[in-house]
Amino acid sequence: MAAEASRDSGAIVRVRGLRYRAGGRDIFAGVDLDFPRGAVTAVMGPSGSGKTTLLRLVTGQVRPDAGKVEFDGQDVAELSREALYRMRRRMGMLFQNGALLTDLDVYENIAFPLREHTRLPERLVRHLVLTKLQAVGLRGAARLMPAELSGGMGRRVALARAIVMDPELLIYDEPFVGLDPISMGVVLRLIRRLNDTLGVSSIVVSHDVREITAVADHCHLLSGGLIVASGPPAEVAASSREDVRQFMHGLPDGPVPFHYPAPDYADQARKVG
Amino acid sequence: MAGAIRELRSSFEDAIGALGRYALFAGRLAAETPRALLRFRLVVEQVHNAGALSLVIIMLSGLFVGMVLGLQGYDLLERFGSEESLGTAAALGLLKELGPVITALLFAGRAGTALASELGLMRATDQIAAIEMMAVDPVRRVVMPRFLGGVIAMPLLAAIFSMIGLYGAQLVGVQLMGVDQGQFWSQMRGAVELGDVMEGVLKSGVFGVACSLVAVYEGYHSQPTAEGVGRATTRTVVISSVSVLLLDYMLTAVML
Repeated sequence: MAAEASRDSGAIVRVRGLRYRAGGRDIFAGVDLDFPRGAVTAVMGPSGSGKTTLLRLVTGQVRPDAGKVEFDGQDVAELSREALYRMRRRMGMLFQNGALLTDLDVYENIAFPLREHTRLPERLVRHLVLTKLQAVGLRGAARLMPAELSGGMGRRVALARAIVMDPELLIYDEPFVGLDPISMGVVLRLIRRLNDTLGVSSIVVSHDVREITAVADHCHLLSGGLIVASGPPAEVAASSREDVRQFMHGLPDGPVPFHYPAPDYADQARKVG
Repeated sequence: MAGAIRELRSSFEDAIGALGRYALFAGRLAAETPRALLRFRLVVEQVHNAGALSLVIIMLSGLFVGMVLGLQGYDLLERFGSEESLGTAAALGLLKELGPVITALLFAGRAGTALASELGLMRATDQIAAIEMMAVDPVRRVVMPRFLGGVIAMPLLAAIFSMIGLYGAQLVGVQLMGVDQGQFWSQMRGAVELGDVMEGVLKSGVFGVACSLVAVYEGYHSQPTAEGVGRATTRTVVISSVSVLLLDYMLTAVML
């Protein structure tokens, strides 16, 4: 039934009534979300709003306290270890820093999932690896070690690795952090192009509003453990809610105060004196 | 007083908990061993990392320990007029005690810390999470080859240590102090039995398991921060060294 509901809704990932506590506070206090098939969906929110935790819940790295997260109709928290690994083979994830295996070169990093999960002849492995490297424009870097790559190149190699098993869902965790404008433009274009040409669905977690609104079809804005806005990026940017406006337009003060909670300044100054 | 008892109880409970976690992890590694041995190329790479890269420090230390043994042994045995037994004393000391123990301590300091910091950094830089996300079990793919590499390398290093140590003892005893070369080797061959050699092999095998287990456990479970990796490395050396000395006493008491 659940699987049918999820497929009917056209969502590859469905989150319902999600509650999750960590470090003594509610990260999610009853969140409902849909990630449509075939679309690039952005999850935005201030630092510490639980964006990366949401990805960890979607990929089954942590379990929710209440509610459920479904991938293609399957409740992720209910899956056995084997079923979870089967599910992850249908996903590709790009980590914030690339997370390339530092003892393997670029070629072997991309070949890693193929070697672990298949018994393909070396000729075919080579063909697949070079095809994916060509897709991210780094075929010439196949024999470089991760330490020899720039931040942007590392991110693109990690992207090639994420797509080598032909996943149905691509997950990007803060893909633009620390990139120069050129690399950022390259990664942005790749996110869109890979989504459209490979026919996958994409979830992009980011707080780079301008970049992400340029590439996403939908976006969800997280704040205070809840979804405060959802919809096409232009619609969310035009929201009249103060907290949404503060985030989307980068205002230094607003519902999220500039000052960390502190006792009265004058009182504190007198005490020190 | 009540606070002190409470604290003691809590430390005791923590220690028991840690021991339990170590035992569970060791059980998992034992269960994974047959499958890991099938991918022997990965294990060989790690034997190279843990063993071959530790060779210089092991050989140098073995030489110096053997030379000191030669000097001290000669000084002691000369008092009883039996300096010809220097070969036997050095061989038994090296094979049964110094070889396995010092090699294990050096192994913990060189290969153990390298293993722990490598795994800790893999955790801190999301490499372990990435492997899990690629639907690959990191214990099977990353931890097992490193553990087995350490277990295999340790007895080999201990054997090399003892061999070089004997050469060092001979160098000082025979070449420097003038002990008869024929007596040195013949007395040693007459007195050292296979059981003595096996005692050393068994000890170094046990120490290899202990040091490798501590290193991979601490590295794999380290906090994903620079401080966490540093702490895991320090704990590896401290826990390995204490475990080796404790196990050495227990094994010696059983085998004597």
